[in-house]
Amino acid sequence: MKEIILVKYGEMALKGLNKKSFEDMLTKNIKRRLKSLGSFCYTSAQSTLYIDPQLDENGNIADLSEVAERVGRIFGIAAYCRACVCEKDFSDISAKAADYLSDTLSMARTFKVNAKRSDKAFPMKSPDICRELGAVLLEKFPDLSVDVNDPEVTVTVEVRDTNAYVHAENLKGAGGLPVGSSGKAMLLLSGGIDSPVAGWMIAKRGVQISAIHYVSPPYTSDRARLKVEQLCERLTDWCGGIAFFCVPFTKIQEAIRDNCPEEYFTIIMRRLMMEIAQRIAAKEGCLALVTGESLGQVASQTMAAMACTDAACRVPVFRPCIGMDKTEIIDIARKIDTFETSILPYEDCCTVFTPKHPKVRPKLENIEAAQAAFDFEPLIREAVDGTEMKLFTPGYKAESSF
Amino acid sequence: MIYLDNAATTKPCPEAVSAAAKAMTECFGNPSSLHRMGLDAQLLLDSARRTVADSLGTESGCIYFTSGATESNNLALRGASAAYGRKRKKIVASSVEHASVEETLQALERAGFEVVRISPADGRFSAADFVNACDDDTVLLTMMYVNNENGYILPVPEVFSAVKRRYPHIITHTDCVQAYMKLPVSARRLNAELISLSGHKIHGGKGCGVLYIRKGVRVLPVVTGGGQEKGIRSGTEGVPMAAAMGAAVAALAPGISERWERAVQLREKLVSLMSEIPGVEINSPEDGSPYVMSISAAGKRSEIMLHYLEQRDIYVSSGSACSRGAQSGVPEQFGITGKRADSILRVSITAETTPQELEEFAQALRDGINSVRG
Repeated sequence: MKEIILVKYGEMALKGLNKKSFEDMLTKNIKRRLKSLGSFCYTSAQSTLYIDPQLDENGNIADLSEVAERVGRIFGIAAYCRACVCEKDFSDISAKAADYLSDTLSMARTFKVNAKRSDKAFPMKSPDICRELGAVLLEKFPDLSVDVNDPEVTVTVEVRDTNAYVHAENLKGAGGLPVGSSGKAMLLLSGGIDSPVAGWMIAKRGVQISAIHYVSPPYTSDRARLKVEQLCERLTDWCGGIAFFCVPFTKIQEAIRDNCPEEYFTIIMRRLMMEIAQRIAAKEGCLALVTGESLGQVASQTMAAMACTDAACRVPVFRPCIGMDKTEIIDIARKIDTFETSILPYEDCCTVFTPKHPKVRPKLENIEAAQAAFDFEPLIREAVDGTEMKLFTPGYKAESSF
Repeated sequence: MIYLDNAATTKPCPEAVSAAAKAMTECFGNPSSLHRMGLDAQLLLDSARRTVADSLGTESGCIYFTSGATESNNLALRGASAAYGRKRKKIVASSVEHASVEETLQALERAGFEVVRISPADGRFSAADFVNACDDDTVLLTMMYVNNENGYILPVPEVFSAVKRRYPHIITHTDCVQAYMKLPVSARRLNAELISLSGHKIHGGKGCGVLYIRKGVRVLPVVTGGGQEKGIRSGTEGVPMAAAMGAAVAALAPGISERWERAVQLREKLVSLMSEIPGVEINSPEDGSPYVMSISAAGKRSEIMLHYLEQRDIYVSSGSACSRGAQSGVPEQFGITGKRADSILRVSITAETTPQELEEFAQALRDGINSVRG
């Protein structure tokens, strides 16, 4: 019995003339992500992509449950399912449906059949297919009964151009747009809970993300950097490849501590982080910065503080978590598997030299005056020049900090 | 020397020896130390963790190092029954488990659990027997993948898949000590939530085992302390032996199927050699693991034959080495009793065993049967 995966496109199916370019991008992303699992034949028709596993040169075929798991983490997919391929012939459809779904149906109490007949040349109409297949299945599985309103199992038959497909699961895809279709952006990745979630949310909208992280040895440790690399690795499951930039930040932090008023430390530090991020972003072709800030969460994330930070930015700053509560952010972090890593207790650069009483409502002119008291430019250049880049691709394993 | 007792333990491979030596001489830091020495030791440990995880087709966060498979089995059974067994008090197991499982089950029985042991009928286990024994009150299902005494392969994937479909709450545990690096052991294909592995059965050296715990499954610690291994198994990690186990897995994992083919040929050779010796009977099933063969030596007492062979520098075991000669009850489960059970020898090979070694063993066995009395 031949089994394939059907992938239903997300909102890109609604696009007009450039729909094709979205589809191509999605197919490319899927191919790249599944390549290591085996060889597949891809065909696309009627807003659906058919992933058909093929025997490879050693006669092996990919494990479809693993394929399905990966497909579920690719943006641009509204829904997907594993389906059994049938001849376009009712007796084949009913025989294979009973066989393919026997485990599911023998466990269930109620079911219904749902038919979609996009090939109108097929002799039976959709309601006929439902009725007839329902009758066959009822006979095979005497414990079942029909419930069209709230069935435990919905058996779906899709009669399409070349084949018919039977399945009983329609899994929700990751949604969004194919990564790469919306350009590139630079994510400020601290190692906390929020920033990986922010990166994931922006990637979901089709953005290819790069990540930037600031290290301040000896105030921060190698373990803290490894933790962030591990977060990057986790994100690649969803976001595809990530270029990771690691900025040496110690001298700048010490300069702020030595030359600026304590209560402005965090804001000035954030402005300088943004400055470095946008310089590297420009080199990398990133059109925006992404942060994990959530309004009012900490002193540097008040509206006044963010206004001061943004005044140092020449590109848009996206803050997808801005309206979310911590609990909502944590829910996503758990879902995307970054939470456990994020809560590892290593000091990061944001917590070095934090003022006892930071300004909650800083005034831009005061901040600018305080920052102007010292010439940061040489240090910024030195930091940019000293930045190290590391590329994470899906399946790449960072050294872990378990 | 002809070493045919690889189910008892194996010779550490050169990769394992050098990994352990490196960990002892260079990376001797404590993985919990905050400094670079600690970090280096941690990275070494985590790289071993990742190798083991990859070999099971899972993530490294699911791999917990222990002192050996006995500890892994104890942790799995005691830890999972403590986490999930407050209301559900039934445990289903096979009747041929290793002592580290069986004795632990007996301890759990004394603590108020009901243990249902599934026996083979006419020498065969039926998947349905396990599935039918499970019910809503069952907390845990444990069965070994490959029996250590005769190589019987239990229907773990079938049973676990069927049970998980019907009773998703039941925690599935399998002792894969004799299967790991011999059969493909994939956490997903087995549908196992807990898997016990041993380092020294796979040329990794003694002192290291692994418990795989599927993500989301809770296991309460048996050993408490400094919170190592995410609090599941406290105690400073045995980095050298973990590194050795990782190195052995890295060396063995790519060649599982080729070695299996070789082992099958060696087994065929051994079967034909044994069939030529009058009175020798084979107790292992034909479709069992080719690495372990149980034979009965014409009614000659196991221990005497073992020592006779030892004089010829050939090493086999009587039943299972772990039980030190005491009868385990496993042969009886498979319908082997009386003199035949008293004369059991276990011959366990590796893919590197040579046909000549088997021939020498067969000759020695033949001579032994003829010369030994009792």
